Amino acid sequence: MAHQSELIEDDILAYLKSHEEKTMLRFITCGSVDDGKSTLIGRLLWDSKMVFEDQLESLEADSKKVGTQGGAIDYALLLDGLQAEREQGITIDVAYRYFSTEKRKFIVADTPGHEQYTRNMITGASTAQVAIILVDARKGLLTQTRRHSYLVSLVGIKHIVLAVNKMDLIDFNQEKFEAIRNDYEQFAASLGFGDITAIPLSALGGDNMIEPSANTPWYEGPTLMNYLENVPVAGDSRAEQFRMPVQWVNRPHLDFRGFCGTIASGTIRQGDELRVAASGQMGRVARIVTMNGDLPEATAGQAITLTLEDEIDISRGDMLSSPDAPPTYARHPEAHLVWMHDEPLQPGQIYLVKTATAVTPGRVTAVQYAVDVNTLEQKQVPTLKLNEIGVARLELDRPISFDPYRQNRHTGSFILIDRFSNATVAAGMIIGTTPMESPLTAKRAERSDSDSGLPKRINLSEAAAGSAGVSVVDLTGEWGALEFDVSTSFLDYLGKGNRILFRLRDVEQLQAVALLAYDHTLSFEFDRTTEGVSILLFMRGIRSGSRLSGDDGIGI
Amino acid sequence: MSKNLTHLQQLEAESIHIIREVASEFGNPVMLYSIGKDSAVMLHLARKAFYPAPPPFPLMHVDTTWKFREMIEFRDKMAAECGLDLIVHVNEEGVRQGISPFTHGSSLYTDIMKTEGLKQALDRYKFDAAFGGARRDEEKSRAKERIFSFRSANHRWDPKLQRPELWNLYNTRIKPGESIRVFPISNWTELDVWQYIHLEDIPIVPLYFAAVRPVVERDGMLIMVDDERLELKPGETVQYKSVRFRTLGCYPLTAAVESEATTLPQIIQEMLLTRTSERQGRLIDHDSAGSMEKKKQEGYF
Repeated sequence: MAHQSELIEDDILAYLKSHEEKTMLRFITCGSVDDGKSTLIGRLLWDSKMVFEDQLESLEADSKKVGTQGGAIDYALLLDGLQAEREQGITIDVAYRYFSTEKRKFIVADTPGHEQYTRNMITGASTAQVAIILVDARKGLLTQTRRHSYLVSLVGIKHIVLAVNKMDLIDFNQEKFEAIRNDYEQFAASLGFGDITAIPLSALGGDNMIEPSANTPWYEGPTLMNYLENVPVAGDSRAEQFRMPVQWVNRPHLDFRGFCGTIASGTIRQGDELRVAASGQMGRVARIVTMNGDLPEATAGQAITLTLEDEIDISRGDMLSSPDAPPTYARHPEAHLVWMHDEPLQPGQIYLVKTATAVTPGRVTAVQYAVDVNTLEQKQVPTLKLNEIGVARLELDRPISFDPYRQNRHTGSFILIDRFSNATVAAGMIIGTTPMESPLTAKRAERSDSDSGLPKRINLSEAAAGSAGVSVVDLTGEWGALEFDVSTSFLDYLGKGNRILFRLRDVEQLQAVALLAYDHTLSFEFDRTTEGVSILLFMRGIRSGSRLSGDDGIGI
Repeated sequence: MSKNLTHLQQLEAESIHIIREVASEFGNPVMLYSIGKDSAVMLHLARKAFYPAPPPFPLMHVDTTWKFREMIEFRDKMAAECGLDLIVHVNEEGVRQGISPFTHGSSLYTDIMKTEGLKQALDRYKFDAAFGGARRDEEKSRAKERIFSFRSANHRWDPKLQRPELWNLYNTRIKPGESIRVFPISNWTELDVWQYIHLEDIPIVPLYFAAVRPVVERDGMLIMVDDERLELKPGETVQYKSVRFRTLGCYPLTAAVESEATTLPQIIQEMLLTRTSERQGRLIDHDSAGSMEKKKQEGYF
């Protein structure tokens, strides 16, 4: 390995000093073998001199044995991993590659292009800041280009490189390149990317990879390496509100109580006021403690230990936030789900939901729709299967602190874990709370004001504004007597065959629901569950609307 | 706006996050300590993660009985300095059978003294998570290794059972008897490790620095004569050369390189100008294509 040889040889201390200031960039490459993806990554490793002599020897041997370039160096083989995969000629997973230049260290998530693509791409993209979307210059935009772009936008990547590869095969034609770029910009306008940089490339020939190519005098933009070394990404999560999920409470002795975690967003300084998202308690930062001495401030991405001036009850699972802009604290998030397991989603079944702060049992109450990753069309589905993406509503056993994923990738993401196999079955990106929940949580917060003995009035019209099927009204946070405000929209909702699921704290609350049913000639089913009591309220003689939706109207 | 985090600050934060997550979610974790530079960095990160408390888990060294003597001295000194419990496990059955790298070949020897020894120790102490200092850039088959690598009750690594890793959310759930190997410095390269050692002034075994040491040339490699168990073959002579080690393991299986590098910057300089990867000095990697993968499936780190 011999990069920057002169400085290394002449002044190693200066070299080390300059490399202490390097930043880091994680990116993902999207495309298939046919687009020259492996060649592109192999080339980046090669040109940044990250290939050792012994690796080169095995590369030469492998190229002769299993290469696809007729015995010449097959850069793609630099990237192969597991032996079983190599024998089958496919790769089955996400592989991570490393190279660095004077300015940056790079981590490349390399994902293969076949039927497991969605799962692998989402995995690789989840930690990436930049996506390189490969297009074959001869073919232009393909279905897979749209698929890759949608997935990348779903995961919240803001910086896109449209790598128009194999320019040599269209004689470096400027008009064709610009047509592809314009097509893409038009298509991607709705995907919410921050910036799109189109680069005419030949990965095989090295054109515009590191040095500007003499074959494209008309191109004035950056080379690929130039772009990767300079694209600004650090500000992405810095300016946001402070968020730190508490990972560990450090208590070596009675006089020290440190709260450890990785800052998800924002900046914190000594003396700043903090809020515990769930309890609403406030505290002030006394110290930011590290083994190398206290810090005056710390920022997004740092793993820190805070001590507070005040004695506040904080434990793993809590989220610390800026005082004026706390995250949402709720039980019913609505989220994009990417299903990653052979066993399809079982709506209603309990899964473990792991977020940045906590592991909470919960279930998917409804799949609103699935998205066709090729056409981006929405379709009604009863469940999600492997590699399918949909919008789903969740009901958690306990409220959690979160932000919409669009605002914060760290506090808006979660994974679903199967309780029995322990497999990671899905990735989730929170859109927000389900429409009917917000007013109820607001009411719950007012609980302390309503100890007057008067019945608490619960407005049910919000529940009726929910989507077709079953809406949930959660009363487990209510302690006093209850009365319901019933609107015509609520009765209309039931009249269409929709149902309301009441979750009760205990059986005492049943009377209010029974009176509601009596007053409006409704029926209900009673269930004793492990968490309490649930009552399913419905209008008898009306067919369930939610069951019809999957039938495409047949039999109505 | 404050300064951007450097790549080493980001790598450090990621590793600390991983180490804290394991301490939070597992009942009985252990840090496998191989005494090398990667272990040194991992241990340093663990100390930083829990400062001012010591890390809430013991260190464990699987001793093949063929480590360099300086490694063992260094190990005992570090554990004492960090205030950590040190578990040293030796495969006594292997010792009784007289397993040695000279008589049984590197492959069988490694399998019995290292892989089997590790499994015995994990079973004996019922550890549910074990930190290891492996990096993805070390070897091709490791590029796809997870940070949380799932092992069945009989310590097998099955590529199909590995879980997707999204964001920094790690699935730590296991059934009784199963375990997870955790690699907190997965995303570090050899250069990152050296730079961090330099920057943070982390103690490492003196064998990494060049000194005049007794060596014999065997199969094109320089092997150090660390004790009397190394028997000279016909034609071999002990020579005194200025050598150092790029990677540390069992002395009969670890090749020295001739070097004059006596300081960290010189080591880094030499590493940057060299033309071979660090694992080249390890004899076990030369067995066959995909050899690391086979070893991993069997439970080797």
